[in-house]
Amino acid sequence: MPPAVEIVSVARRFGAVQALAGVDLAVEAGEFFGLLGPNGAGKTTLISILAGLTHADSGTARVLGHDVVADYRSARRLLGVVPQELVFDPFFTVRETLKIQSGYFGIRDNDGWIDEILHHLDLATRADANMRALSGGMKRRVLVGQALVHKPPVIVLDEPTAGVDVELRQSLWAFIRQLNRDGHTIILTTHYLEEAEALCGRIAMLKSGRIVALDTKQNLLSGFAGLTVRLSASALPPAWEPRVLRRGEGTYLLSLSDYAELERLLASLREAGVKVQELALQEADLEQAFLRIMARHR
Amino acid sequence: MIPAFGSGWLALLYKELLRFWKVAFQTILAPVLTALLYLLIFSHVLETRVSVFDGRVAYTSFLIPGLVMMSVLQNAFANSSSSLIQSKITGNLIFVLVTPLSPLDMFAAYVLGAMVRGLVVGLGVFLVTGWFASLSIQHPLWVLAFALLGSAILGTLGLLAGMWADKFDQLAAFQNFLIMPLTFLSGVFYSIHSLPPFWQALSHFNPFFYMIDGFRYGFFGLSDIRPATSLAVVAVFCLALTAVALTLLKRGYKLRH
Repeated sequence: MPPAVEIVSVARRFGAVQALAGVDLAVEAGEFFGLLGPNGAGKTTLISILAGLTHADSGTARVLGHDVVADYRSARRLLGVVPQELVFDPFFTVRETLKIQSGYFGIRDNDGWIDEILHHLDLATRADANMRALSGGMKRRVLVGQALVHKPPVIVLDEPTAGVDVELRQSLWAFIRQLNRDGHTIILTTHYLEEAEALCGRIAMLKSGRIVALDTKQNLLSGFAGLTVRLSASALPPAWEPRVLRRGEGTYLLSLSDYAELERLLASLREAGVKVQELALQEADLEQAFLRIMARHR
Repeated sequence: MIPAFGSGWLALLYKELLRFWKVAFQTILAPVLTALLYLLIFSHVLETRVSVFDGRVAYTSFLIPGLVMMSVLQNAFANSSSSLIQSKITGNLIFVLVTPLSPLDMFAAYVLGAMVRGLVVGLGVFLVTGWFASLSIQHPLWVLAFALLGSAILGTLGLLAGMWADKFDQLAAFQNFLIMPLTFLSGVFYSIHSLPPFWQALSHFNPFFYMIDGFRYGFFGLSDIRPATSLAVVAVFCLALTAVALTLLKRGYKLRH
């Protein structure tokens, strides 16, 4: 079986900005895959190329073996995209929106699946409301529904939970997890790293149009998270400055590789006569791994 | 679930029709009322002062087919152009662009939607203004041919304008500085034989003139030039615009980046 998504040497430039600089990536069918990176890293450009919204300058992209340019009809039938922007057509109700979207894929009589989508997205009571009358969170859920109307085997979610409250976020993820268990491949971009950590099996991190990390979540956590120390002190010896992930007033978040390095830090603080008010070790998480990887590729 | 591949353009056409039907006061009734006001004012002022086709046709009767065709053309343009630019500016065009719809599918749906609106408004204008003059249709097939081709041309022009424009201001400029002058200077309100020679010659470079003149021939069996010539000009213009629109849609001009 071909990969769900295969991206080979894809590059794209917008004027002076190299949005993607030769990205290679393969997502296997059935994966729950995370695509992370800071703003402007190229995540949305990559998704847009996959969806046919943007042309690549070079390279190829395929969805389940179908080229997104040469065989765009098949590729798009296999792909559902939840866009990042909160967009909607103000002329239609929620149900009309989903029925019309089904129609674009040549699907008629899709009411059963549309009802199921409305139920899972907690929109059943608003099915006949005009899109304009919905809250931001509800509009975002309709976007998710629109991406799912044709039951695509590959689903790309570009920041799907921005503006969605916690309770509904949980029900949305339960629905997406169910789709993944049913065999759908999920590709997720999010700024909520705890979501990516909880959901994704493999993760790619993009920075300045390049993939700077690509591995399983466990390997990223064990390989990059290391020890993170939260320190409240009057000062920090200059030699430790490169290890600072974040700083506040008299507080430092430091990234250390192991306990031996922690010993050296404490010795260094004693030698410098720095008074330590508080010191706490934090458990490894994806946010720390992300910060370390991004710092390494400054 | 096995989708019925290939029929997606019908959904886009349905959306285009539903879109204007939901605001029918603005998209159908308002242009019918505007045309009626034109008829009442112009026929009252000019009925006894203007002679057309050597006095063989009353001015009010002459005016009605012109107003009908003007309404068809303007509303066909308005439908495809406003739909596309609204979708572009609000961003919801993405829901069309991520689907398997081909450039031809998109073209067919937008242009047919525009044609339906233009023809519905034209029929409304004809029914309402018909009370004010006795009017018979001498050659209904000519009427139909020019109405279909005219609405297709303006629907395609609207599609092109909607693709080209990045904001409503640019679309308004296209409408006010190109479509409106070409429509008003096409012989809606007069026969070009009443114009000075220079303006008469210039009118022959206006494709809208052929649409109106040919359409009017269907009603009276009289026209400023031979209807077959008008039909040929209009058909070639329609084919040329279709080729341009399909080429640009295939490139994703200002739609896909």
